[in-house]
Amino acid sequence: MLKQFAAALGSGIEAPFRWVQSAFGMRPMPWLFLFPNLLILGVFTFLPLAINFYYAFTGGVQLYPSQRPFTGMENLATLFDCTNHFVPATCRKDLFWRAIWNTAQFSVLQVTLMVAMSLITALVLNRKIIGRGFWRGVFFYPVLLSPVVVALIWKWILQREGLLNAVLVSVGGSGVEWLTSASWAMFWVIFVSIWAHMGFYTLILLAGLQAIPRDLYEAAQMDHASPWRTFSRITLPMLMPNLLVVCVLALIRAVQIFDEVFVLTGGGPGSATTFIVQFIYQTGFMEQIRLYGMAAAGSLVLAAVLIALTLVQLRVAAGRRGAGNA
Amino acid sequence: MLDFLTRTRGRRRLDWTDWLTFGYLAFGLVLMFGPVLWLVLSSFKTEGALTEFPPSLLPTGPRLVAVAGEDKPKPLYRVTMPDGTVRELAELSRIGLMANMADPAKPEEIVRVPVDKREPVREFGLATENYTDLGGKFEFGTYLWNSVFITVIATLITLLFNSMAAFALSKYRFSGSKVVFLLILSTLMVPPTIVLVPNFLVVSELGLLNSLWGVIWPAVATPTGVFLLRQYMLTLPDELLEAARMDHASEWRIYWRIVLPLTAPALAVLAIFSVMWRWNDFLWPLVVLSRSEKFTLQLALNAFQGDLVTQWNYLLAMTVLTLLPITVVFAFLQKYITQGIASAGVK
Repeated sequence: MLKQFAAALGSGIEAPFRWVQSAFGMRPMPWLFLFPNLLILGVFTFLPLAINFYYAFTGGVQLYPSQRPFTGMENLATLFDCTNHFVPATCRKDLFWRAIWNTAQFSVLQVTLMVAMSLITALVLNRKIIGRGFWRGVFFYPVLLSPVVVALIWKWILQREGLLNAVLVSVGGSGVEWLTSASWAMFWVIFVSIWAHMGFYTLILLAGLQAIPRDLYEAAQMDHASPWRTFSRITLPMLMPNLLVVCVLALIRAVQIFDEVFVLTGGGPGSATTFIVQFIYQTGFMEQIRLYGMAAAGSLVLAAVLIALTLVQLRVAAGRRGAGNA
Repeated sequence: MLDFLTRTRGRRRLDWTDWLTFGYLAFGLVLMFGPVLWLVLSSFKTEGALTEFPPSLLPTGPRLVAVAGEDKPKPLYRVTMPDGTVRELAELSRIGLMANMADPAKPEEIVRVPVDKREPVREFGLATENYTDLGGKFEFGTYLWNSVFITVIATLITLLFNSMAAFALSKYRFSGSKVVFLLILSTLMVPPTIVLVPNFLVVSELGLLNSLWGVIWPAVATPTGVFLLRQYMLTLPDELLEAARMDHASEWRIYWRIVLPLTAPALAVLAIFSVMWRWNDFLWPLVVLSRSEKFTLQLALNAFQGDLVTQWNYLLAMTVLTLLPITVVFAFLQKYITQGIASAGVK
């Protein structure tokens, strides 16, 4: 049945393609093949990018751009209106700055810890172990789970009468309200996001480790190089390109953290785990008065951060390559 | 530790680094699979057993017995009587610290027992009603259908559109091909979170709010897919196409009958990716679908966990059913998934 469906689909689309080919020759053919993909990208990526830019400079609560009054820099000015940018309470949009600093704190801690854990795991998996495919799968499995499922799995363990508190009580401790204490909530948000994404970065690093030529290690062994020297002079430099890629990817993802946290803590307690994307979502879609302009301005800031991060990382990568050549 | 971190080749004798490796792997196994296993075990517990603290490891609950004259089965307890004997009695009702209990065999003879003098009789039992009740209680079928529809249709369209674009970018020389390729790749840098608000406008203008197509269309032109398929198609020899053109095959026919079947391995990898992406999508469906009859499984889970009174027994069962398809796909296709990710560097 699938085959018949495919055949019918194929001959169905063939007609217009054949007509274009016979009428206009080969020239338009690649564009015809590109058309559906480019149309979708245009309508759902490039057009929104342009509209987003316009939104950020308009006010009001109307969804349609033509009905929105142009307010220039007002949204951005409101977002940045602070006596002291490091103290969110002094800002007009204090939630935005809380979200910014939360995101900064989260990103730095999460990326550092996750890359370190991924590296250790990749090194372990790169040893001669029985059933490497299985073990690789073990660490990779959570990557495939949906953020909602991940959050619910951990919410169930971390709730007041959950497994973790039961274990604590059984060894003589007392239960902790993990998700309603501000600092613990941040800890668990970081922990859970590492749990869920670590396997992906482990996989990239493992591929990098396996690409390091064996004879380098054999040479090091002949020279009686110490394990630390072997690691710091062979493994680490050879792995550096992969490590940088992993850092860039992890950082770009960390800055956009939303799904897991939204389900796990809802951004709380208070605003302790509210991050930039949640600020955008809340401002644009959750409040009674939907401030699309403010949300768009927030996403411009997020875009600026992402572009800056990418540029910094590219600079770092180029710098390292230069140093390596010299 | 350093030795452990650096060595890549095992020795004949098991030394401490091997034990450390083994320990780390065992720890990883517990940490990665343990929480999921706990979820699955918990999903088979009754509502009553779920509120117990500390929780029991396996799904157990009080044994229920039928008592004549009562319409519901009653929980059975092992009661220590004042004279030291132990009897098994069913609880009929409980008032404060005292319970009215009776021997199921002689229900007319009611015994008043202090609650601290009794222990519930427990038995292993899977509360499969957590699963079987879902259909009737929560429109689970609707959510499942919505999720499956989005996943299957979006994946098919993704495969078609992306492979057409990849075909154009790998098998034709035309001015602008490089620019188009870079343009498509550059959208990797535009995370969907940034265009959330205007995309909402575009989708609502197209009349796709609260429509499954509003989730499908914006997601199908994946740059990852175009990249993956283009790289694969570049390895196919151009002579095949030339030979077909000699035979006056149309360009579409060449794409559909020659290139596409040869790209099957890469298509399979993209199909797996796409299924996982669409099945797990959250933020975009959350924005587009606000009516509960259009909810996907992910949205339904989120809505239920946010309820004031969370019915954990149903929520856990629904979570298990949501992660089941992905787990099955992973169990069978692990090799392709990990290889695909390692080679493309994308998730």
